[in-house]
Amino acid sequence: MSGLPERASVVVIGAGIVGNCMVHHLAKLGWRDIVLIEKGPLPNPGGSTGHASNFIFPTDHNKEMAALTLDSVRQYQELGVFTQSGGIEVARTPERMEELKRRLASAKSWGIESELISPERVTELVPYIDPSVILGGWYTPSVGVVDSLRAGTLMREAAVAKGALIISAMTEMIGIDVVDGRIAGVRTDKGDIATDTVVIACGIWSPRIARMAGGSIPLTPAVHQMISVGPVPQFADTVGEIVFPIVRDMDTNMYERQHGGDLEVGSYAHRPILMSPDDIPSLEEAALSPTELPFTDDDFDPQMEHALELVPTVLGDERVGVRYAINGLLSLTPDGMPILGELPEVKGLWSAAAIWIKEAPGIARAVAEWMTLGTPEIDCHASDVARFYDHQRTAAHVEARSAEGFNKTYGITHPMEQWASNRDVRLSPVHRRQRELDAVFFEAAGWERPFWYGANAPLLAEFGERVMPRAAEWESRWWSPIVNAEHLAMRERVGLVDLAAFAIFDVTGQDALAYLQGLVVGQMDVPVGRVVYTPLLSESGGIMADLTIIRLGADRFRVVTGGGMGMRDKKWFTDHLPADGSVQVHDQTSALYTLGLWGPRARDLVSAATSADLSDAAFPFGTAQTVDIGSVRTSMSRISYVGELGWEIYCPMEEGLRLWDSLWEAGRPFGLAAVGIGVYGTTGRIEKGYRAHGAELELDFDLVEAGMARPKVKDADFVGKAAYLEQRSRPPAAVLCTLTLDDATAASGVKRYMMGREPILTPDGRSLIDAKGRRSYVTSAGSAPSLGTHLLMSYLPPDSAVVGTKLAVEYFGERYPVTVAVAGSTPPFDPDNARIRG
Amino acid sequence: MNVLVCVKRVPETGGRVTLTDDAQDIDTRFLGFTVSPHEECAVEEAVRIVGANGGAATVLTLGPEAATDQLRDAMAIGMDRAILLETDGRDWDPVATAAAIVDAVRAETEAGTTYDLLLFGNEAADSGDYQVAIRVAVALGLPCISGVKSLEIHDGVATARREAAGGWEVFEVPLPAVVSVREGINLPRYPSVPGRLRAKKKEIARSVPAPRPSGPTKLRLRLPAEQERSVEILGTGAEAAPAVVELLVRLGLVSA
Amino acid sequence: MILVFVEHDGLLPSRSSLEALTVAGRLAGSTGVPLEAILFGQDAAVVAVGLGAAGVATALTLSHESLDEYAPAAWGRSLGSLAAERGATVVLAAGSDRGNEVLAYASAMADAAMAANCTEITPGEPFLVTRQRWGGSLLEDARLDGSPRFLTIAEHAVEPETATAPTSVELIAVRPEPTAADLRVRVVGRVPPKAGLVSLADARVVVGGGRGVGADGFGQIEELAVLLGGAVGVSRVVTSAGWRPHAEQVGQTGTRIAPDLYIACGISGAIQHIVGCKAAKSILAINTDRDAPMMSKASYAVIGDLHQVVPAISAEIRRVTGR
Repeated sequence: MSGLPERASVVVIGAGIVGNCMVHHLAKLGWRDIVLIEKGPLPNPGGSTGHASNFIFPTDHNKEMAALTLDSVRQYQELGVFTQSGGIEVARTPERMEELKRRLASAKSWGIESELISPERVTELVPYIDPSVILGGWYTPSVGVVDSLRAGTLMREAAVAKGALIISAMTEMIGIDVVDGRIAGVRTDKGDIATDTVVIACGIWSPRIARMAGGSIPLTPAVHQMISVGPVPQFADTVGEIVFPIVRDMDTNMYERQHGGDLEVGSYAHRPILMSPDDIPSLEEAALSPTELPFTDDDFDPQMEHALELVPTVLGDERVGVRYAINGLLSLTPDGMPILGELPEVKGLWSAAAIWIKEAPGIARAVAEWMTLGTPEIDCHASDVARFYDHQRTAAHVEARSAEGFNKTYGITHPMEQWASNRDVRLSPVHRRQRELDAVFFEAAGWERPFWYGANAPLLAEFGERVMPRAAEWESRWWSPIVNAEHLAMRERVGLVDLAAFAIFDVTGQDALAYLQGLVVGQMDVPVGRVVYTPLLSESGGIMADLTIIRLGADRFRVVTGGGMGMRDKKWFTDHLPADGSVQVHDQTSALYTLGLWGPRARDLVSAATSADLSDAAFPFGTAQTVDIGSVRTSMSRISYVGELGWEIYCPMEEGLRLWDSLWEAGRPFGLAAVGIGVYGTTGRIEKGYRAHGAELELDFDLVEAGMARPKVKDADFVGKAAYLEQRSRPPAAVLCTLTLDDATAASGVKRYMMGREPILTPDGRSLIDAKGRRSYVTSAGSAPSLGTHLLMSYLPPDSAVVGTKLAVEYFGERYPVTVAVAGSTPPFDPDNARIRG
Repeated sequence: MNVLVCVKRVPETGGRVTLTDDAQDIDTRFLGFTVSPHEECAVEEAVRIVGANGGAATVLTLGPEAATDQLRDAMAIGMDRAILLETDGRDWDPVATAAAIVDAVRAETEAGTTYDLLLFGNEAADSGDYQVAIRVAVALGLPCISGVKSLEIHDGVATARREAAGGWEVFEVPLPAVVSVREGINLPRYPSVPGRLRAKKKEIARSVPAPRPSGPTKLRLRLPAEQERSVEILGTGAEAAPAVVELLVRLGLVSA
Repeated sequence: MILVFVEHDGLLPSRSSLEALTVAGRLAGSTGVPLEAILFGQDAAVVAVGLGAAGVATALTLSHESLDEYAPAAWGRSLGSLAAERGATVVLAAGSDRGNEVLAYASAMADAAMAANCTEITPGEPFLVTRQRWGGSLLEDARLDGSPRFLTIAEHAVEPETATAPTSVELIAVRPEPTAADLRVRVVGRVPPKAGLVSLADARVVVGGGRGVGADGFGQIEELAVLLGGAVGVSRVVTSAGWRPHAEQVGQTGTRIAPDLYIACGISGAIQHIVGCKAAKSILAINTDRDAPMMSKASYAVIGDLHQVVPAISAEIRRVTGR
């Protein structure tokens, strides 16, 4: 095998399932002169693809992962390498039975057929399961297994057949050349290749390869233990790899599946065993393969007893032997999501890492689209490599969170569940005060944000039943009625909200206006001092982000966006900068502190602390001004995400505490309450029908559907404009609506409150599917204490998106009646926005 | 019928072997551990013999605490109990190893357990000394048959066969006796799950033997010089057949 | 004096004994001591007279009705006593089954150390040897103490040589007196090899099959072996799976082979297998994976599926030979 080419349009590193799928999708999208480099032999180079569990359960509570997995199943089926077996998650505990109901609901939201079944039915389907140890199961007939090595070969061959691909196996990477922050080429032991694009698809080795270019892929290799026992008499007469459904024993973090004449038993229950990518044996050093490490019995023994309980006839059979046992390596990430997209550190360096076989082809398609078209069809924001802040790239963080996440693999993870490890990393300047107020901190992008304040408990008595107390444990977990009490205090008086987690960057330069005009939907050619709330679109018209931009000067703008996706938004801005350097982006996140102050008494309060004229005439809505509060010079921006009169107030980070104290002092006579993010992010927002990125706003929805299309479109050209104009020219396939929960009472008599992602159904339980094939599901849900109800937001097909339409929402296996309260963007609370005007 | 099987913990090699910096050992950072294939067969043979004749099977090893893994593996197959002669993990030479085993056997006898059969692997996978079983037999005054690939026990007599020049040599010795076996004497079973769980609860007797170094004395390990041959590719697929036959003719293995 | 235990078949010394004699001869030459051989059996003298070509000055022939069949303990005791009586400084044998066994007895009875399967000897004080571990995939430099020093020479470690100055051999017949205890262990019966079967260890051609052959694929391997007058050899995976008898295993725990040509079909080449076949003069590897470790050990290779390649070779042989 001689001769790497001197040049390539793209070099894909790693020929596991991901790299193989990548070259196929790149070739399909028109890329030529692709080079695939693999340091091991083909078809099984020795990475995780060769040993990883090859089964696919399509359902995931996470929409992005479910969509990528469903796409992968389709692709595997097209390749003819998918064997449908069915799969059952079994429950040993009542809590797990509840979780299975929740998974059933998620399956319904994403269009996956499944059902809850009795223990007897489980045993009918899988005769070797002991029904006496389980309470029931959740059966998904479309679960199956794939031949991932064969799939990889077919993908690779498809790219070769197009004349698009050169493959070089047994080729080791030596270095990556970066010039002026851009990829210039790769160096290997078989020669160098000049290229401006590199894809790292190296699984557990990815961090090492990224480091060659000065980039960071924060994942850690970790051990997943698996044993294979056989020959199983029950499988003696079966044909093929698998005929019995795969069983996941969720409560013990294990799975049992047929593999030919053997039963494979895998575990995620053992202690997290992390490794450094530098400590993985080489191909030559490894006894089996670099990712199949020696089995450690002691870690697995307790699991074996659990497995024996569930599968006594197979595992208790003395003739059935443990024939193979490994500590297989897989990739863990600090937040459990894959790591996809272009690295923010190096132009042209792409990551396709921390991917399981079940989602690999879908992800490869998405990344190839991303590389070719600028964004993927399936929104991958939660997997975007640009999501990480620097502290999240440290080994300490990666190891702590990966270890914590490992045992949640089959866990019952509450949607609001907080991480326990590596907390207290980013602290607001007023953190001290928040502790004094007994704040309950939730984490966002490393920031500790009060979700509510324990010191506000006395408000509960004041508001009584209006705080909508919750009786069900699930919705009470990671929640407090104090959230709703703070909400009411803010609506009646005034609330102070810590917004330190905002990501802020300034855009400057002589062409700053033209640049922003070309990037955002909103009109930026506004007077200095104006605040513009605007969405950003992808080229194909999907919703990329929403944020506010303040015009600080003729050629100076300030972008304020949420912390969670702040780094991704920043990359979007920097990626679109003109090449001539006429516009600059300056990250001010760590320089500027933000407080929010809202409520009917907000103007009175600030007026007490400043001499500035804050009247509506002097300081109208949608404008920003410099205001001195005590000795702190602030920039105040009169906007609201909670629908009340008030401001976002910015000041230097180190003066934040002083500003808080000044406002706190001034607020005493007005009944000021510290208000947590529970109000800012959910109750205050949902009462106003405000959309949130990652919930209502994603690439697969457009502005018309979201009810965010403005009467006029600005003349200036901007990213996604053509698609946007086209969207405006036809009726939407779905309309974002707000629904009220008509009766929260469950069959048990307990009131239940949805939390988001539940399926919206017709009253008789049928799915609502729009013209684009999307199912209706709850994008956001939350208490509306001022309305005395629970609100849900959902995209509905136009014929259902009519005020008064009676529908249903499924929650923990029961259907609850809901009614469309608003179709479009009219706020359910204070529809005329009188309160914001004050 | 009491059977004692002696095994040795060795790394499970497969890929390229690398040495520790002091060249005293194989670098085992990435390796699992096992026993020699001959010894796996010895364990299996003991389980079968005890299964057929009654009695108890004991597994013994001289090695570090970690060698309890190998003892448990053997007990998972069906050995009844285990003896660990605990060392600091450094290699013991064959003379010292045999002496420690002899002492252990004598101590067992004193404690009331006599063995009718002592099984060894023909040679350890790592050191390949080819002598420990014989030394133990000589010291205990027992007959010893080496390299056995077939063993039958009847009426206090062991009949053993071993391969010689394509055929078999047959030996008969009265019990008690020492037998060293070769892979192929049986096909060892895999441990069952209940077997593994039972093994966790079985007894491991421990003692710490005094080292008595004798020889040979290991100085250092070396990797043999690799003679990389340049491979001549004769062709691809069935079309390569004529080129292969040409080679066979050239080597005088086929006369055209 | 250096004493060598020589195995023979009644006519000729074994190849591995000649290898041991070659090493012993060099050692004797370099240290200026005589080389003596010890042979057992009725025909020992017939074989012994020919050992002059190997530089043997004196041959001790031992014959006894109880010892003419192999009796390792008694042989070992006789060897040890004679070595002591005659003042041997080094006692040496082939690293064969018998060589290792007899020397193990002799050294155990003498309470002396023994180094098995040496590849190099550096005489002097200290007396250093290099010996094989892991079937030869690793070497150990070791010190060997005591007198005499017992050691065996790894098979295939050297090519047998004839001595530069052939000597005439002095034959000394010794009448051993075995004890009943030692005679407990002796060959009491033999099962001859199956007629017409080429033994794996001696075959000129070995056709080897690995995991890639599959449980049911060995018919074609056998067919090619028969056509070439060779033997079938298999990897450990194959015998562990119970697909083929263990007697066919090539490798560390099976048979070491030294054919003119080893045809390795679908064998990836784990080191345990390589040590069993590395004495082959040439290796032809047939494998779909051109990066398999076996390829780096092979002189010739065919890239392809053995299930197509092997039958095609058999067919071509038939065509060429007209069979």
